[in-house]
Amino acid sequence: MTTSGWHTRRNTRCRPLDSHAIATQPVHDAHEAHAHAPHLRHHFETVEQQREASSFGMWLFLLTEIMFFGGLFTAYLIYRNWYYPAFVVGSHQLSIVLGTINTAVLICSSFTMAMGVYSAEMKRRTALVGWLLATIVLGGIFLGIKADEYHEKWEKHHVPGLNFSVQDFTHPTDAEPALPLDMAQKTQVYFSLYFAMTGMHALHMVIGISILLVLVVKAWGGAYTTGHMTTIENFGLYWHFVDIVWIFLFPLLYLISRHQ
Amino acid sequence: MSEPTRREQLDQEPTHHEEHIVSPKVYGLIFGALMVFTALTVGASYLELGIFNPIVAIAIAVTKAVLVILFFMHIKYSSRLTKLTVAAGFFTFLVLITMTMTDYISRAWGLW
Repeated sequence: MTTSGWHTRRNTRCRPLDSHAIATQPVHDAHEAHAHAPHLRHHFETVEQQREASSFGMWLFLLTEIMFFGGLFTAYLIYRNWYYPAFVVGSHQLSIVLGTINTAVLICSSFTMAMGVYSAEMKRRTALVGWLLATIVLGGIFLGIKADEYHEKWEKHHVPGLNFSVQDFTHPTDAEPALPLDMAQKTQVYFSLYFAMTGMHALHMVIGISILLVLVVKAWGGAYTTGHMTTIENFGLYWHFVDIVWIFLFPLLYLISRHQ
Repeated sequence: MSEPTRREQLDQEPTHHEEHIVSPKVYGLIFGALMVFTALTVGASYLELGIFNPIVAIAIAVTKAVLVILFFMHIKYSSRLTKLTVAAGFFTFLVLITMTMTDYISRAWGLW
C-alpha cells in the first residue's frame, strides 16, 4: 500500500496555503474533518475570507469598468474642448425634465437594491423578492424613458451615421444661434458620444435586469436567505456602479452647457 | 490571553473581517441626500455661473458618487484591502486622465 501525503495528515484541517493537502485530500474526508457552513468552499479558511475574496474580485471587475467608461468620459472631455459650440447646441437638444426623472428613477432603484441586500442579510425571503422586483420595475422605467429619448432623436434626424441632418443647427427654428456648416457637422461628434455613452450605460442596465430576473427566481426558491448571499451583494455592487456612471453622465450630457 | 496587538489584528483582517449590516435608516438618509443633490445640480444648471457651472455640476456628481460608494456599496464598513482596491482604481483613473490632458494641453504649446 502506498503512503501518499494525505494519509499522514488525514484528520488535519485543510489550510488555505497547503496546496498539497488541497490537491490530494478527498472531499468526503475533509467534510468529516471539520463542520462548516454548507456554502463555504474548501479553498477558503473562513466564511469571512470567502466573502472578502469574492467582494475583492467583484471590485477588480468594477475597476476595469471604471477604466472602460473612463475612456469614454475622457473622449467626451477632449472633444468638448475642441468643438465647444457644437457640443453646446447638441446638449440643448436633450430634455432636462426627462434626464432628471431618469436620474431620480435610477437613484430609487439603487435604494431598492440596497434594501434587497439588507433583506438578504436579515434572511427575509419575500422582502428580498419584493425589493428585487421593485429594482427591475425601476430599471425598466429608466430604459423606457431612454427609449423615448432615442426615438425623439431619430425623428429629429439627430442620429449620426443612420439618420442625420445638420438642418437644425445651420438653420435653427428656435432661439439657438446658427452654426457655420463645418461646426454644425461636428454636432455628430456630440451625438456619437451621447449614443455611445448612454448606449453602453443602457446595455449595462439590460444586462443587470437580465441577471435580476434570474436572481428573483432563485431568491424565491430561498437561495440567498440561508446565509449565503455573496451573489446578491456582488450584484448590488454592479447595480450601484451603473448608477454612479449615470450620476456623471447626467450633468455632463444634459446640464453643464445649458447657459452657453 | 493578552490583548491582540495591532499587527495581529491586521494579520487577521483578510480572513476575519466582520460583516457590518447597514441599517435601512442609513440607506434612507443617503437616498434622501442623493435626491436633494440631484435637485441642487438641476437647480444650479439654471443659474448663470459662467465657468463655475461645470465645476459645480462635477463637484455635486463626485459628492453623490462618494455617498453611493461609501454607504450603498458598503466601502465605509469594508476591510482595508477593499478600501485600498477602490482608492487605487480611482487614483489610477485620475493619473491616466491627467496624463492625457497634459498631452493635449501641451501639444501646441506656444502656438496659440
